[in-house]
Amino acid sequence: MSNTLFDKVWDAHVVKKIENGPDVLFIDRHLVHEVTSPVAFLGLKNRAIPVLYPERTFATADHNTPTLNQHLPVKDPLSANQLAALEKNANEHGISYWGLGHEKNGIVHVIGPENGITLPGATIVCGDSHTSTHGAFGAIAFGIGTSEVEMVLSSQCIMQPKPRSMRININGELSFGVTPKDVALYIISKLTTSGATGYFVEYAGEVFKNMSMEGRMTVCNLSIEMGARGGMIAPDQTTFDYIKGREFTPKGEAWNKAMAYWETLYSEENAQFDKELTFEAADIEPMITYGTNPGMGFGISNSIPGAGEGSSAKTYKKSLAYMDFNEGDEMLGKPIDFVFLGSCTNGRIEDFRAFASIVKGRKKADNVTAWLVPGSHKVEEAIKTEGILDVLHDAGFNLREPGCSACLAMNDDKVPEGKYAVSTSNRNFEGRQGPGARTLLASPLVAAAAAVTGKVTDPRELMQLQEA
Amino acid sequence: MAYDKFNILTSTAVPLPIENIDTDQIIPARFLKATERKGFGDNLFRDWRYNADNTPKEHFVLNNPIYRGKILVGGKNFGSGSSREHAAWAVYDYGFRCVVSSFFADIFRNNCLNIGVLPVQVGPEFLDTIFKAIEANAETEFKVNLPEQTFTIVSTGEMETFGINEYKKGNMLNGFDDIDYLLNLKDNIKAFAGERPF
Repeated sequence: MSNTLFDKVWDAHVVKKIENGPDVLFIDRHLVHEVTSPVAFLGLKNRAIPVLYPERTFATADHNTPTLNQHLPVKDPLSANQLAALEKNANEHGISYWGLGHEKNGIVHVIGPENGITLPGATIVCGDSHTSTHGAFGAIAFGIGTSEVEMVLSSQCIMQPKPRSMRININGELSFGVTPKDVALYIISKLTTSGATGYFVEYAGEVFKNMSMEGRMTVCNLSIEMGARGGMIAPDQTTFDYIKGREFTPKGEAWNKAMAYWETLYSEENAQFDKELTFEAADIEPMITYGTNPGMGFGISNSIPGAGEGSSAKTYKKSLAYMDFNEGDEMLGKPIDFVFLGSCTNGRIEDFRAFASIVKGRKKADNVTAWLVPGSHKVEEAIKTEGILDVLHDAGFNLREPGCSACLAMNDDKVPEGKYAVSTSNRNFEGRQGPGARTLLASPLVAAAAAVTGKVTDPRELMQLQEA
Repeated sequence: MAYDKFNILTSTAVPLPIENIDTDQIIPARFLKATERKGFGDNLFRDWRYNADNTPKEHFVLNNPIYRGKILVGGKNFGSGSSREHAAWAVYDYGFRCVVSSFFADIFRNNCLNIGVLPVQVGPEFLDTIFKAIEANAETEFKVNLPEQTFTIVSTGEMETFGINEYKKGNMLNGFDDIDYLLNLKDNIKAFAGERPF
């Protein structure tokens, strides 16, 4: 029965059902970047076929780009070659391309929503697992592999078995100092990184109703880290207010028609989910991770749990050894070396506002190297016009240029071996931020508190001092 | 891109009894800069396999000559993280045609099926039995039978069946990919696109 938000959107996009096989799913919007697209374009060339609907694909450069001196030629020849390939492929096929220096350039999951490409009820894919971000608007959005990028370019469809459905409810009100990032890290810590594999998640309940679009994007972004292909939130007035008037949003009569449809996009009262979980907002604290997957996280004042006996103990111990942490260690007070504010998880204006609220009137700790990387030029512009840049400068921080940066360390923004980084990004895997780098995932507030104290610090302490 | 057909594979296996092996371990992001699909096998498990000075880490299983074969056996939740198909390419390019685990991450499993690597999901106890069999004798052979959907330890006959959807199974048996199928649907797709509101 087609009565969940997910069912409604999925079923409206099925071109064909294959018996004992996947659905052929129509894709409304396709985003491409330089890293996962070149082999797909090569595939089109080898088959001598065109892009079926170039106006439904949008290209940006973000993964492999420097965050300093973007006006100069890219130094690394391999990166430069990949960027040139994307530009050439986009131009050859008539696809919008927002390369380095373009006013609309930025991280693919930041610029989609900013420009009104991301719409409720749409299907959106990209060769990047954090495409789940766009689910914040009530879209079905998920990451795909390069073979599937080629499928979308050539046919505007992919072949997918329909995932099972899960609803995660969080009731009540978030406590002081608790952000959407903490909500997501909390859920992942409860579900583990494979707890939602095979499912598509809907987030529901008061906490998400009261959340800004930026916050919803952060939560949906991290759906993949609990194993889910994607996550979504029913569109409401907050959503409609955000998208209205953006460049690629429908206008006039088309807007009215779209609105009439979008207002039907919610799970019916009797909707059945394959799995349903409920948590209480009051149980969520500012979170931090201590291990090498995003599920290894807890409230910031906790101590690292013991390995236990089971079959997972070996993997757990390997993880702590990589981090050079011990069972029973407290996280508070651990010295850190780097702070990274940015990424498709936390590189939006609200994240910079939060960071600035803590560092305002304080100074960056001497032992900390801080990389503050806006998600897009539009975010960068807002940081300047809102006066946040002055606050950051006064506190001893500099702003870099937009891109994925140290989240995956494809460019020069690599955390050195053995160093600790408090990062607002999405993955603390071994070597993710550079070979041997040790990552502690946290919210922009926790990152800011670490940046000014040089160690893991509960941001609520600094916030209370400010308020007093 | 079309790939070799998969039918029955009998081979020794390489064991990696670690859980949550993510795609950043399978191939780190800094090795994703190519614009063609070649050479990714050289960087499979790069940072577990090589030191910073590019000398091999002798304790890593791929550097131990007694372990070889076309089957890779990993701990549960294999392939979590990034959607990079490069991870599946690296596995294939190194010479593996089959990955066995008790649980696979979604996108990695899909990517494998799209390029001709067969993901075989077995129960946690059978996975343990497989690891023990390899530990006892690295020459232990396994038989992957795709038509019958079975995975067998040849010496003992211990066997489990595995799931795969019929459509994908047909593709693997015949070496087909999805694009040919989709291109044949073009008229349906165009009609469908004409009805989309945005």
